[in-house]
Amino acid sequence: MRVSADALGWTAGPRAIVQGVTLEVAPGETLGVVGPNGSGKSTLLRLVAGLLPRATGEVRLDGVPLAALSRREIARRIALVEQQADTAEALSVRDAVELGRTPWLSALAPFGAADAAIVEEAMAAIGISAFAGRPWATLSGGERQRTHIARALAQRPRLLLLDEPTNHLDIHHQLSLLRLVSRLPVTVIVALHDLNQAMGCDRLAVMEGGRLAACGPPAEVLTPARLAAIFRVGATPLRDPADDATQFRFHCLQE
Amino acid sequence: MSIAATHGLRARSLVGRGAAGVAVLLVAVLAGVVIGETPLPFSTVAAVFANNLWNAGHPVDPIEAGIIWNYRLPRTLVAAACGAGLALSGVVLQALIRNALADPYLLGVSAGASTGAVAVTIMGVGGGLVGISAGAFGGATLAFLLVVALARAAGGGPAQLVLAGIAGSQLFNALTSFFIAKTANAEQARGIMFWLLGNLSGVRWPDVSLAVPVALAGFIVCLWHMRSMDAFSFGADSAAALGIPVRRVQAVLIGATTLMTASMVSLVGSIGFVGLVIPHATRFLTGPRHGALVPAVALAGPVFLIAADVVSRVLIPGQVVPIGVVTALVGAPGFALILIRNRRRL
Repeated sequence: MRVSADALGWTAGPRAIVQGVTLEVAPGETLGVVGPNGSGKSTLLRLVAGLLPRATGEVRLDGVPLAALSRREIARRIALVEQQADTAEALSVRDAVELGRTPWLSALAPFGAADAAIVEEAMAAIGISAFAGRPWATLSGGERQRTHIARALAQRPRLLLLDEPTNHLDIHHQLSLLRLVSRLPVTVIVALHDLNQAMGCDRLAVMEGGRLAACGPPAEVLTPARLAAIFRVGATPLRDPADDATQFRFHCLQE
Repeated sequence: MSIAATHGLRARSLVGRGAAGVAVLLVAVLAGVVIGETPLPFSTVAAVFANNLWNAGHPVDPIEAGIIWNYRLPRTLVAAACGAGLALSGVVLQALIRNALADPYLLGVSAGASTGAVAVTIMGVGGGLVGISAGAFGGATLAFLLVVALARAAGGGPAQLVLAGIAGSQLFNALTSFFIAKTANAEQARGIMFWLLGNLSGVRWPDVSLAVPVALAGFIVCLWHMRSMDAFSFGADSAAALGIPVRRVQAVLIGATTLMTASMVSLVGSIGFVGLVIPHATRFLTGPRHGALVPAVALAGPVFLIAADVVSRVLIPGQVVPIGVVTALVGAPGFALILIRNRRRL
């Protein structure tokens, strides 16, 4: 699904959290959103999902303005995995993943065999089938995160929004999640903290102080000069001889 | 077994459970009619039912017939409707506010309904044009709006809403007492205090025609929104991301809750504990999903309140204990037991 964001903005009180962000994401593309803490990454994702009141600008999905769609129609197209979403309910993992089917169900179309199959498939894809029956309270942070991602997959979206999905995950699950996401036949916008992981995205959007500072292929966007200016770190690009991929080694600028 | 076959079984067991639920409810209503201070044999009860339902013409003592048809049956039916209405209100508020403490009592809705009802009955607000139920509904709505406004002004989190609800309850309970002290004579004051503790004594058929339709309508609204309430498990934003029109659903569900609470309070006074305890106790049996929870609560609420009403009638011979006292006396230790027994499972 093609996503076009035009002049997105959102203010909290007098402070502009996101300002004038214009983006275009091609169908099937994985766009990484990077930026320092408080640069507006999460807010940008929520704006694209149409979740914030009093937002300015416009989001179009395959040319259709978000404002012309009902919440249910939006939820059939976009799934969002937020950073923190918790519950005190004694839901099992399967219960939580089944919530992903919500936008596809109604009184006339109750949860059926096809939905159950989609839920199983989503849990298998993310590797949580083994603990499908465990209650939410007993899950670790990483297991909760993966459950949320399985829920988002069960939603069968055409645009997947992930807010720092690799938080809480061990290195094995970080890498397998990123590989899974990049292979999905859907458009993905993913906020990431780890710049080396971000190098694996098709393109990167760099946020700074609520504005879009740069957008393009990772190697062009993440230059040592920009890393110094925006992230306040020194960076040495290193080349992995195995696959010729570039990784950064970071060091403090002051000292 | 294939997934399709599992679903076929699931659907069949759903119908079976529904039928079982209705059967349990009928048995409870029957028990509420049979048991009482004047012991009436089941055969007499059956004869009176037959006479009234299809003019069977069985010979029965007119006094016994009156006790059964005009006194115990409407009373039991209203108890059932109140049990369902208050317990479902608790389910809705706990789901939307995501707070285990939420119930109509805690959020000031019951207190507001009492104030409204008292304002209409003894202060003559509305000049006789406004019924006691309308007064209770107005009071309940006003209280809830005030509580929500205060919670928003305080930052808008679930904890703020509970604190605002406590403040609202105190305010409206004080207003009720003030109205009583200012206007009522001693006789009226005693009657109202008794009513405020929950009292089914005066219930007759016209009350049934308000309570039962309201409870049924509330039940249908809750069933219709069961998936929406599930979607609120991870918060309102998460519900919106799952395609729930959050504001509309909140308005409809909270409107239904206010209507149910106000109607029930206007009929029987404010009965605490049902809205809090029944949903929690039921959740231990059915789990947190509203597809199972809502029907189970719509069964457990009525059964609990009918039982409480029977106890309130037979506990002290010659005297009726306010049903609110019974629900708290039975409910509090029962709830404590459930909490302790399920400690390890949580």
